[in-house]
Amino acid sequence: MNLMKTLLASSALTAAASVGVAQDMSNEMTIVSWGGAYQNSQLKAYVEPYVEMHPEVTVVWDESSNEAVAKLRAMNEADNVTWDLVDVVAADAIRLCDEGLAMEYDPEELLAAGDDGTAAEDDFGDLIVSDCFIPQIVYSTTFGYRTDMVPEGVDAPDEICDVFDLETYPGKRSLEKRPINNMEWALLCDGVAKDEVYDVLATAEGQEQALAKLDTIKDSVVWWSAGADTPQLLADGEIFMGSTYNGRLYSVIEEQDQPVGMMWDAQVFDLDGWIIPAGLEDADLARVKHFLNFATDTKRLADQANYIAYGPARQSSAPLVPENMKQHMPTDPENSKNTFVYNYMFWADYRDDIDARFQSWLAQ
Amino acid sequence: MSNAKDDDAVAGPVPVAPVPNAPTESGPVLAADGTPLKRSLSRALRRQKGRALLLVAPLLIFVLVTFIIPIGSMLFRSVENDIVSNTLPYTVQRLASWEAESGNLPSEDVYKAMYDDLFVAAEAKRHTRLGSRLNYEQTGISSLFRQSGRGVDDLAGDAADALEDAVPAFGEGETWYALMDAGSGEGNTTLLSNMRDRIGRLNDSAASAEMDFVPSAEIAAVLPRTARTYTEWAVYTVTEDERNPAERDPWELVSLALLEELPTADLSGLSAERAALLQQAQAVDFNVPSYRETLAEIDEEWGTVTPWETIQTHSSKYTAGYFLNAIDAQKTPDGYEWQPEEKQILLTLFGRTLFMSLMITGSCILLGYPVAWLLANLPAYKANLLMILVLLPFWTSLLVRTSAWKVMLQSQGVINDVLVWIGLVDDANRLVMINNQFGTIVAMTHILLPFMILPMYSVMQTVPPSYLRAAKSLGATNWTAFWRVYFPQSVPGIGAGSILVFILSIGYYITPEIVGGTSGVFISNRIAYHISSSLNWGLAAALGTILLAVVLVLYWCYDRIVGIDNVKLG
Repeated sequence: MNLMKTLLASSALTAAASVGVAQDMSNEMTIVSWGGAYQNSQLKAYVEPYVEMHPEVTVVWDESSNEAVAKLRAMNEADNVTWDLVDVVAADAIRLCDEGLAMEYDPEELLAAGDDGTAAEDDFGDLIVSDCFIPQIVYSTTFGYRTDMVPEGVDAPDEICDVFDLETYPGKRSLEKRPINNMEWALLCDGVAKDEVYDVLATAEGQEQALAKLDTIKDSVVWWSAGADTPQLLADGEIFMGSTYNGRLYSVIEEQDQPVGMMWDAQVFDLDGWIIPAGLEDADLARVKHFLNFATDTKRLADQANYIAYGPARQSSAPLVPENMKQHMPTDPENSKNTFVYNYMFWADYRDDIDARFQSWLAQ
Repeated sequence: MSNAKDDDAVAGPVPVAPVPNAPTESGPVLAADGTPLKRSLSRALRRQKGRALLLVAPLLIFVLVTFIIPIGSMLFRSVENDIVSNTLPYTVQRLASWEAESGNLPSEDVYKAMYDDLFVAAEAKRHTRLGSRLNYEQTGISSLFRQSGRGVDDLAGDAADALEDAVPAFGEGETWYALMDAGSGEGNTTLLSNMRDRIGRLNDSAASAEMDFVPSAEIAAVLPRTARTYTEWAVYTVTEDERNPAERDPWELVSLALLEELPTADLSGLSAERAALLQQAQAVDFNVPSYRETLAEIDEEWGTVTPWETIQTHSSKYTAGYFLNAIDAQKTPDGYEWQPEEKQILLTLFGRTLFMSLMITGSCILLGYPVAWLLANLPAYKANLLMILVLLPFWTSLLVRTSAWKVMLQSQGVINDVLVWIGLVDDANRLVMINNQFGTIVAMTHILLPFMILPMYSVMQTVPPSYLRAAKSLGATNWTAFWRVYFPQSVPGIGAGSILVFILSIGYYITPEIVGGTSGVFISNRIAYHISSSLNWGLAAALGTILLAVVLVLYWCYDRIVGIDNVKLG
């Protein structure tokens, strides 16, 4: 009997305690990110200052961002979402929002206004590409090349079509093993005007045209699937030039001192940011909202640029980016003379179709 | 006497069993406690079996819960297709009688059903999920549904505004509730349970929450669409939002349905208060446009036959579509056909997966056999050292081993550098040994080699060395002694190792992804892509099921040819 009473009493206490916390904010937060230098920049710029202000909070990291969509879907089906905040690229955010796996939010309520007083919605502007997406950074997919492999008497490559010019710039290239970006570049260099690229790519003939252009360099291409591949191939001297994320090239050039140069022409802008998984407990949600309000303000976003060469998503953060980092930012005027913006809606529709075509072309 | 007869029969020379139909005069044999021996025996056996079952129960439950059920439910996705009829129930129902071949657009009725379905789906945020599903079959449907979800509430919003402007009481949730709820009158419980069912299926959950609302039978008779949409909303509000429908405004769709039904409705059968309220609303001048035009205005695709064909073709609860896609075919309104040639890839990949797995198994046998022989025949201290060398790769991360092969094989890598240095290969024509089939086969052979060596070793250890000596003393040459005496005894080890290596390699995807380039990837890489990138889990499940079936068939063939009893792990 006594044991029973104790059990009952203690369970009643636990219930009371958990109700008490539910009205408050939970003190544990699981953040999902990409690992490596990028996650480190988030740790330094957002999480460490936040934990300093709120020492009661423990943050658990999970480096699963590249499979976040599949994992979130599985968690949702098992009705057991264990993540509180997930860092994903914009295309994945759109998919998660479409599937009802990410929570829609109200920018005015959730995000702080800019330092200059601009409302959050205007400060982020068009970068809020989905109702669930809280942008953090602008990054770009662009080319790097070995400066010591440029043939004598020839200028270093400085435009996208040099990638397709095997005569002037002989050597291997590395391209990502998926159609996105490659198809656009191929069409651009096959004489299609920039604003017609997606209209052309939507047709079967346009896809053939792009693949025919890629065919001209197919034998010299090494296909990569992880962002670290191209920097490694460049450092090993395996390739002459290759595409990857600009932050990766920055670390090859600045931190590892490799003879590598940047070619910013026709770089493709993309976004990375947070989503909040749908169906969080109230206490967890309150904590996440509190953290996000802090982590996406003007100062925090600008501070992240100290640790990695990606541009902050807020306009009001741009002036605060340290001078020595500005030249490495994809958004720097000098670098962004000719840019492309990832067309989310187009690829949401055509990804499966073109991917099947592209993979079968690769296998030929 | 009879006993003696029986004894004779049993002790008789040939028929051990009693002769069938032999006349027996005795009753059944009894056990000590008087029950028939047969029954008492079988009871004891049953108890034993039960105890044995209890002993293995934890393992059985563990395997069931963590292995069979998840895999079964994953494989089931390859045929599951109820999302279409769950999200668009009324459309699917009405579209069934439409003849796609006629080339005519579906009737206004179908458009109206689609409008209702889309509205509810958009409220529940299910329309984009359906869009992604249908996009696997028809490129472009994903954005059609996303676009439609955004635009669908415009018309209904106008209707709600018009109604509220004319009769402000309709701006109050309570008015609606009083109008639609049965209250003390007769309720239509069939409608309620149907709508509970429908909303539950839409949200993939059982709509079991308690609710007070019961749609009024008289309203449901006079204004069927209004009653239906209001009930849908009430069930949705209670189960999903967990709010009281009496305190909330219904979806604008209900206003639209009401305004459309009122002009032709016969209000004479209704109670006085209801009739009075509805008569006010009857005066509202709202022109309900054609739903076909409304949808075509949101997205012109609705004005074409294509999306309707796709919905109709793929509206059944179970589909063969994923399996067809998995073998490079597709289901079109005109029947089954192959994918266009430039999109065929999966059959090639299946073939390549089998071919390369066999190559890897073959090279593992060639490399592993001598090592296993050495291990089994060297003196113990040397064999132990060799064993450590064999096991060493086991203790190293898979990624490290794969990356090491990259360093070895790439064109600026160790092997090429050495070959160039000794002058065998020209610096300009370095060998291409990675990012192709060769790279995959080399790296995977190395990774899987221990799985071949260990079973072979443990079988060879049991072969007594005296057999070889005996063969030689009888005049056999070294080769004959090996081939006729030793090798047949080691075959079970080869069989066990081959099955292990083959089945492991058929499902590998990390190593081919890293060193396979374009010509050295497996079907498993495509499965991984569809699981984690394209989210087409149905296709991934179909590919997985086919792969599983192929492995089982090969296993069966192996059993027929070699015999599975011949496989030994030691």
